[in-house]
Amino acid sequence: MKVLLSWLREFAPDIDGDPEHLAETLSNLGLAVEELAHIGQGLDGIVIAEVLATRPHPDADRIHLVDVDAGDGEALQVCCGAFNMAVGDLVPLATVGTTMPGGMEIARRKMRGQWSNGMLCSGAEIGMGDAHEGILILDGGLSLGVPLAEALGIHPDVLFDLEVNPNRPDAMSVMGVARDLAARLGVPFMVTAPRVEETGTSAAERSSVSIASPHFCRRFGIRVLDNVPSGASPRWMANRLLAVGQRPINAVVDLSNYVMFELGQPNHTYDLDLVPDGELGVRMARTGEQMVTLDGVERTLTEDDGVIVNRDDEPIGLAGVMGGASTEISADTQSVLLEAAWWDPMTIARTARRLGLRSEASARFERGADPDIIPLALDRFAELAAALGATTAPGMIDATGNRPEPITVRVRPQRVNSVLGTDLSADEMTSLLEPIGFVCETGGDGQDFGVSIPSWRIDSATEIDVIEEVGRLHGYFKIARTVPVTEQAGALTSRQRDRRRIQALLTGMGITEAMPLPFLAPGDLARAGLGDDGITVTNPLVAEESIMRTSLRPGLLKAVAYNAARRTTGVSLFEIGRINPGGGGDLPDEHEHLAVILAGKEATAATTLWRRLARHLAVTHPGVVNGPVDGLHPGRSGSVLAYGVPVGALGEIDPQVLGAYEIDERVAWLELDLGALLEADRGLAPYRTPSRYPSSDVDLAFTVPDEVSADEVAATIALAGGELLASVSLFDVFRSEQLGEGRRSLAYTLRFESVARTLNDAEVAAARQTCIEAVTTTHNAALRG
Amino acid sequence: MAEPEQLVVEAERQAVAATTLDELSAVRTAITGKRSPLVAARKALGDLEPDARKQAGQALNAAKAAIDEILSAREAELAAAARAAQLAAERLDLTEVTELPADGHLHVITQTWQELEDVFVGMGYRVAEGPEIESEWYNFGALNFPLGHPARDMYDTLYVDYGEPGTTLLRTHTSPVQARVMENQEPPIYVVAPGRCFRQDTADATHMPVFHQIEGLVVDRDTTLGDLAGTIEAFTAAYFGPGFSSRLRPSYFPFTEPSAEFDIQRPDGAWLELGGCGMVHPNVFEACGIDPEQWQGFAFGFGIDRLALIRFGIDDLRELWTNDIRFLGQF
Repeated sequence: MKVLLSWLREFAPDIDGDPEHLAETLSNLGLAVEELAHIGQGLDGIVIAEVLATRPHPDADRIHLVDVDAGDGEALQVCCGAFNMAVGDLVPLATVGTTMPGGMEIARRKMRGQWSNGMLCSGAEIGMGDAHEGILILDGGLSLGVPLAEALGIHPDVLFDLEVNPNRPDAMSVMGVARDLAARLGVPFMVTAPRVEETGTSAAERSSVSIASPHFCRRFGIRVLDNVPSGASPRWMANRLLAVGQRPINAVVDLSNYVMFELGQPNHTYDLDLVPDGELGVRMARTGEQMVTLDGVERTLTEDDGVIVNRDDEPIGLAGVMGGASTEISADTQSVLLEAAWWDPMTIARTARRLGLRSEASARFERGADPDIIPLALDRFAELAAALGATTAPGMIDATGNRPEPITVRVRPQRVNSVLGTDLSADEMTSLLEPIGFVCETGGDGQDFGVSIPSWRIDSATEIDVIEEVGRLHGYFKIARTVPVTEQAGALTSRQRDRRRIQALLTGMGITEAMPLPFLAPGDLARAGLGDDGITVTNPLVAEESIMRTSLRPGLLKAVAYNAARRTTGVSLFEIGRINPGGGGDLPDEHEHLAVILAGKEATAATTLWRRLARHLAVTHPGVVNGPVDGLHPGRSGSVLAYGVPVGALGEIDPQVLGAYEIDERVAWLELDLGALLEADRGLAPYRTPSRYPSSDVDLAFTVPDEVSADEVAATIALAGGELLASVSLFDVFRSEQLGEGRRSLAYTLRFESVARTLNDAEVAAARQTCIEAVTTTHNAALRG
Repeated sequence: MAEPEQLVVEAERQAVAATTLDELSAVRTAITGKRSPLVAARKALGDLEPDARKQAGQALNAAKAAIDEILSAREAELAAAARAAQLAAERLDLTEVTELPADGHLHVITQTWQELEDVFVGMGYRVAEGPEIESEWYNFGALNFPLGHPARDMYDTLYVDYGEPGTTLLRTHTSPVQARVMENQEPPIYVVAPGRCFRQDTADATHMPVFHQIEGLVVDRDTTLGDLAGTIEAFTAAYFGPGFSSRLRPSYFPFTEPSAEFDIQRPDGAWLELGGCGMVHPNVFEACGIDPEQWQGFAFGFGIDRLALIRFGIDDLRELWTNDIRFLGQF
């Protein structure tokens, strides 16, 4: 929302001071100033010139040569980068020696060998409009050589571009911003009643309105105007519209926009001759009903859209969103019906969104316009139109739908102070509220008081709304800052601490945390060798964001491939992130997974990693069971168990999957369900004093069939070794022809130890024998001599 | 029988001739061992008259002492030489290193996330979490966004195909965690909730469809807007450091009232818009089963990603998601 300082002053003439300070004041009122611009300044030296001829530049394509007459009848050559002018157009010429508003100095200079004696200006370069659409083409009839500011009636002004929040319908107008600013500055604010002279047949005899949807349309006001102007609007009005970013069109459209910007009331004009009997009606559309809007597009409506219909019940306007083509004003229009109405915000929001027709008007109706401003808006339009020769028929048609009762809110002063942390008296509160139209009836100091909510603040309806207004007008910056103290000790949960321990362990092992996007494209899961069954996104912008992942694998594979393609092989990455495996109750199941990808490593690297992780987290009985896992190498994969509970999988990525990702190295993989892992049986074993007695090591090598895992043999030894066996560890594996097909040698070191005494040879020998027998009988294994 | 003086001379000669500790050890045995002339001479003393025995004994003792001194000195010399030789042989060029294992790095988002958690834990807060796929109720309804409310348009929501259409979505902010905490915990409440959020956004230097936020929620008996401003200021000092300050500007969010934007001022005077905050709206308290006449509270939230960019001097959000090891390894 852009407002001009000069326009604000029409409502509060005493608004004054440093524009920077005013901007800060607006921001502190919740009207954040996104941009502050000084306009109409620095135009000295810019004059009206006429285009005499245009010629190509002999040595450049992107600029051409324009001859202009700056009032002396001489042809002056200028190089220009825009091509939108024609011979005879009037354009702004920055003469040699001019300093532009942006600070650039115009000098006579050569561009690719051709003299340029000044610069033709775009609207943006001189603070008249946003668009860099080319050189500003001025209306005809201006005298050549006259300074632009003088010719166009431009005066120095300040433009504030405000960010207006959805709860401030009132601030979508110059009047509303002026009211707030005047209240804060403590200067008078007033709205002058427009002067309207009425003549001819009364509006009531020429037009009528019936409202069939009183919830949708609370109020519908009409004035009838005759002799409406058909040309351009006056320059001062066009200048203001341009400054606030609205392109001038013609007098009637500009008047409509001007009144909307000034008072916040959108309005619409119908060519009276095209409205049979001047009869208008308001109803909800019927599903499938069609009408052609002003932009020439045929719209198919639903029963959620409100329409304005004619005598024959045909839609001639999409209420609050866009007018209809059938009653559009033309150059031949003599008389108009001027409509100013109040529409239900939610309905307008839905229709505008569904049809992609968000406009300045719908933005105001969506927030909630002021139903009480309708007569003023009609009169203001009539007053401005009269200055252009229009006449106004006597009377105003004022049809009403369901007008809600005015709201009065009880406000407890101690509650205000309790929420804000202030120490204001009730009088101080009311003196903050009154200037913005919140009329207060005080009940004495410290007593509750009633506040009548003004019609332009549809957002305000409860005590907390009023408390916010008190805080806003008082100034948040004036409130003393305190820090609340809590008896609670700050802490992370055990899950959060475990997550950090895992991160510390993995990074300490040289593994870096990656962050792949959690979305997948169709086919990504299949490419990674996984079932293609992720939860789909209903409204993705791109296909790459259309599926929620069921595994962290596609993302990390892509990360490895990305790095490999940039000549970094052997990367080790991990991720902790949420996945949605499918299933669920009110919400889809969501699991937190940990995955580690080790490029250039074999599957057993994942086993080692899992064991270190399990040890670090004190997981009881961590295990690996060989067996196929989707997307992993069938002979190099297995599931991961914690205390017998499956918590994930590990192995090596299937070569076919690696091929699909164009990865040329082996890739080890570990993926764990972090929730299942951390909830599995964990905890440090009870403390045991280290033995003071010497231990005895025994090495045993067995030939074992390939189907039996080294872990199973170790488990058998551990069980057989009993209390005296302190540890068992695999130290050598080999295969040879002598051992035969399908068997290999596994060699373990067994350490025997007692905390009570030195073990004698016979005890160790007996334990050794028990272990040998257990392995050979359980696993079809043989002790190697 | 050899004269003691001769024994000393002989010992000196042999000790000097020994060039290794092993050779010297052999010399020691030959000169002072059981079969040495010295021991033989001592044994022969018994055959002498007492006076002569005393005299000869003293001479032998003196010779023994001299011999021991000679051998010890030579041993020290040889040990020093042996150590010097060993050290010289073991010399290494310490730059002859062929391997430098990679360091592991935490992602900049995680680093920033944890720093923020730590600051708030230090201020007495707990850390709460919630689901990333959320119900329409927790994301909007419980937060005072009625169905069809235009403020829902401020969020470009991504929905998922689950349950009834429009009921399940990718959370657009971490604020649903507020509602979940209030439903499950009796006040007083002091929590922060960092988390991943989603919006229908085209990726560019300043936007991503996925981003991270941290949310704060305090509910206590007399919590005020002044407490909110003071908490933001305390956080600013703790996280950004001395010389940084903060301000609140009135704003609008459906779930807080009064609402504010908060900005951070850098020591060079520049302001940086950081996030939104406000007093918990009475409708939110009621939706979560907390009596707004008994309890008051504030909430605040801001983006983690942009803080990470600022902290590490990164100029494009998309870099955070490339997983280029040359990016990840810098932090």
